Amino acid sequence: MTLQPNDRVAETPESGIRKFFELAEERDDVISLGVGEPDFSAPWAARTAAIDSLKAGKTSYTANRGKLELREAIATHVQRWDQTYDPESEILVTTGASEAVDLALRTFLENGDTVAVHEPTYISYEPGVRFAGGEPLAVPTSADNDFLLTPAALADAGAADADALILCYPNNPTGAVMDADETAAVAEFCVEHDIDVIADEIYAALTYDGDHTSIATLPGMRERTIVINGFSKAYAMTGLRLGYAMGPAEAIEAMNRVHQYTMLSAPTTAQYAAIEALRSCEDSLREMATEFDRRRRFVISRFEEMGLDCFTAKGAFYAFPACGGDDEAFAEELLEAKGVAVVPGSVFGPAGEGHLRISYATGMNELKTALQRIESFVETR
Amino acid sequence: MDAKRELLSLLSTDAREDVDDIARQLDTDPDTVEQLLTELESEGPVRGYQAVIDWDSTDTNHVAAHVELNVELDRDTGYEEIADRIARFPAVESLRLVSGDYDFAVKVTGDSMQDVSQFISEQVAPLPAVTQTVTHFVMETYKEAGIDFGDRDGDDRLSVSP
Repeated sequence: MTLQPNDRVAETPESGIRKFFELAEERDDVISLGVGEPDFSAPWAARTAAIDSLKAGKTSYTANRGKLELREAIATHVQRWDQTYDPESEILVTTGASEAVDLALRTFLENGDTVAVHEPTYISYEPGVRFAGGEPLAVPTSADNDFLLTPAALADAGAADADALILCYPNNPTGAVMDADETAAVAEFCVEHDIDVIADEIYAALTYDGDHTSIATLPGMRERTIVINGFSKAYAMTGLRLGYAMGPAEAIEAMNRVHQYTMLSAPTTAQYAAIEALRSCEDSLREMATEFDRRRRFVISRFEEMGLDCFTAKGAFYAFPACGGDDEAFAEELLEAKGVAVVPGSVFGPAGEGHLRISYATGMNELKTALQRIESFVETR
Repeated sequence: MDAKRELLSLLSTDAREDVDDIARQLDTDPDTVEQLLTELESEGPVRGYQAVIDWDSTDTNHVAAHVELNVELDRDTGYEEIADRIARFPAVESLRLVSGDYDFAVKVTGDSMQDVSQFISEQVAPLPAVTQTVTHFVMETYKEAGIDFGDRDGDDRLSVSP
């Protein structure tokens, strides 16, 4: 047969998100708490910089690794997390953090390599590992431990033999954040068992109780970690598709080889927006984070009032309450009965079962109405 | 951020927020919020609560003007005295001492242009300390008190996304 997808693709199911997207699209009275991107637009100064670059005809490729001016700005920006990378040789600008994850997997995995992925987690990692010829190994985390990754959880899942670990904290879908000690324990496990780490830190700017700790800054980790970050979440630039990878020069050089043959360079217009975002939009970032923090506290106290267990998420823009039973049925009935869209936790792996991902990237008024509707749904159920 | 500053920042976005919802957002209880509000009101930082109104969307006659005011000070008359004299008129919506080419920036409102002009010519211009007034009538308001009247950034996100 012609155009037959290969086994890796054929065996990868469509994301469970898709189903809820389609259900939600069928009605027009839906308030969605199912959105994985900020409800703010990119800062106006960043947008005008993009517009000005277009007017000036800046529409050609950039250097493979991205404009040096942007890499220099990134190098300065990430110092807030004690990350020190040389803009010339240790930073690669990519088409979204997603491309950076894919590049890292395709650059470093040998066929059949095992990649530990803590669950529940962002839906793209396991398919990404498979597409790159690796084998994902699920490492469950649980509400009992605030969805944190521990050496014990890694050991129990058999991750001591893994070749790599994808670490995503602050976490999508749970909003969990690992503090310095918790991250250090995972780092020690990785050093002891010689495991490389792909650290997806896309939500690093959105922590509400202390600063983000990057695993790459811990002893023995810099040489075995690719740090991935981007502009989508912190600067509300999802549609501009701009991320970056940072790591030791040889590793970035290798990733750039894959990048230059597949992507050439990240979108030029987005790079101009990003330079301006880093130059002048710190206030927008801070205001957005302040607003998210208020909504976070609001949402968590509302779930407490409803009697749904909801651990105190400390990052990103998600809460992850337990719904007491089948999360998929809960989410479907809630959408049907009350017109509120949420994402069932099991979409993010079996460890997410019995939970709901609640995105609070929605205006306060809608958020209040949505939570009232959930409350009356819970009372009648 | 301390609780008072956080409360102020929240009120500056939405002063009509109810106390229970404020408490949830600040991770505290309603009684504490009431207490803080009382303190902010009595100590001075919170001077009042007002709606941001787009008068052009109503059928009410409403005219506003920005007036530049130059004054001459003498031994008995300082900025404070002049400000006190002008601020007491209800037609004066705001009054600020500013740096630059003129001294006071005054926002004056009324039912008609004639109303406003008359107020300036009869009540403000004749004051002994006032040497010059320049009146700019507002023709269109695009943004007020941080609120964009243009509704420029619509939400076109996918309803559910990873």
